[in-house]
Amino acid sequence: MTAGEKKEYWRWQETCWIDESKNWRDAKIITAGIDVGSVSSQAVICVDGELYGYNSMRTGNNSPDSARNAINGVLEKSGMKLEDVTYVIGTGYGRVNVPFAHKAITEIACHARGANYMGGNTVRTILDMGGQDCKAIHCDEKGKVTNFLMNDKCAAGTGRGMEVIADLMQIPIAELGPRSFDVDEEPEAVSSTCVVFAKSEALGLLKAGYSKNKVIAAYCQAMAERVVSLIERIGVENDFFITGGIAKNPGVVKRIEKLLGTKAVETKLDSQIAGALGAALFGYTLMQKQGASAKAA
Amino acid sequence: MIANYGYKDGSGEYYISIDTDKCTSCTAGRACLTACPKGMFEIITDDYDDEVAAVKQAFRRSLAFDCTDCKPAGGYTSLPCSAACTPGAIKHSW
Repeated sequence: MTAGEKKEYWRWQETCWIDESKNWRDAKIITAGIDVGSVSSQAVICVDGELYGYNSMRTGNNSPDSARNAINGVLEKSGMKLEDVTYVIGTGYGRVNVPFAHKAITEIACHARGANYMGGNTVRTILDMGGQDCKAIHCDEKGKVTNFLMNDKCAAGTGRGMEVIADLMQIPIAELGPRSFDVDEEPEAVSSTCVVFAKSEALGLLKAGYSKNKVIAAYCQAMAERVVSLIERIGVENDFFITGGIAKNPGVVKRIEKLLGTKAVETKLDSQIAGALGAALFGYTLMQKQGASAKAA
Repeated sequence: MIANYGYKDGSGEYYISIDTDKCTSCTAGRACLTACPKGMFEIITDDYDDEVAAVKQAFRRSLAFDCTDCKPAGGYTSLPCSAACTPGAIKHSW
């Protein structure tokens, strides 16, 4: 890094993965889900209702381009062409701007469906901590939404809030969670109702002699308190599952678990792909139904 | 499905809850559409292909202000939307 060049501490790692053990050419139905969120975009490809590959990247300033870039990443890695995909469903904030999508479904329904796949059919409560909103969702054993609540009015309790703190502290975003535990005692939470207030409060704490780790701990606690108040409105029923980028931050996840008195189901899959995965699974179900009705006719 | 539209901010929680299972077989003739003086409700096809009531996107972040006139301070003893919805699908959190 040269002098004067600004390091982007908020920048999280973009990932592209395919399941090498599967051969998409053998599949009967290939479906894709494209989740164009306010901060990140994901493309997931499912073969015969099973996860095959995904690409997770930063959303650009144009939703159609973000959707294309997301799907192109996973298509190139797998040697697949868009024409090979039977059905595409768009979801997320930019769902109506996915040019190659056959249908759009809200991210609420898609996250529930994706969490049902990732965490198992015992998942009943889902917390989606997205880039610029936060959702609490209840679902049944099939991943169908039974109750939901969303807060997209303010950035408190969202990924963007955490990015602001990463930049303020000049600490890479992936290190915030682990560093929040490296404190002598748990500090009081900073203001939990507004990112702007939280940022100025964090600056005040640094000036007052708080270590960076202690300020991060105070912010993680504030974020946890914020989202817990959201979940408590609809109630927590086990199993509990967290989707979205913040699920990768143990500093927030552990504090949420402590406040709720329950442990979140762990997954080896990327928590950020839940929405796109749910969309791809919706596509598979739709294709199966169409196939069944065509056969019946 | 219980759909909660609204938000929580520094001044409180403002949610309109709609029990959409009661909307699919609405016995009130979609009275919510005309009962709200501001026309905040609409009928949408949800993700499971059911026709249900929803709060229009434009009002979801300003309920505290938009609903003020229908609260007791505005001279109402009951909310027009909740009263019109005889199946009891619509509730306010505040």
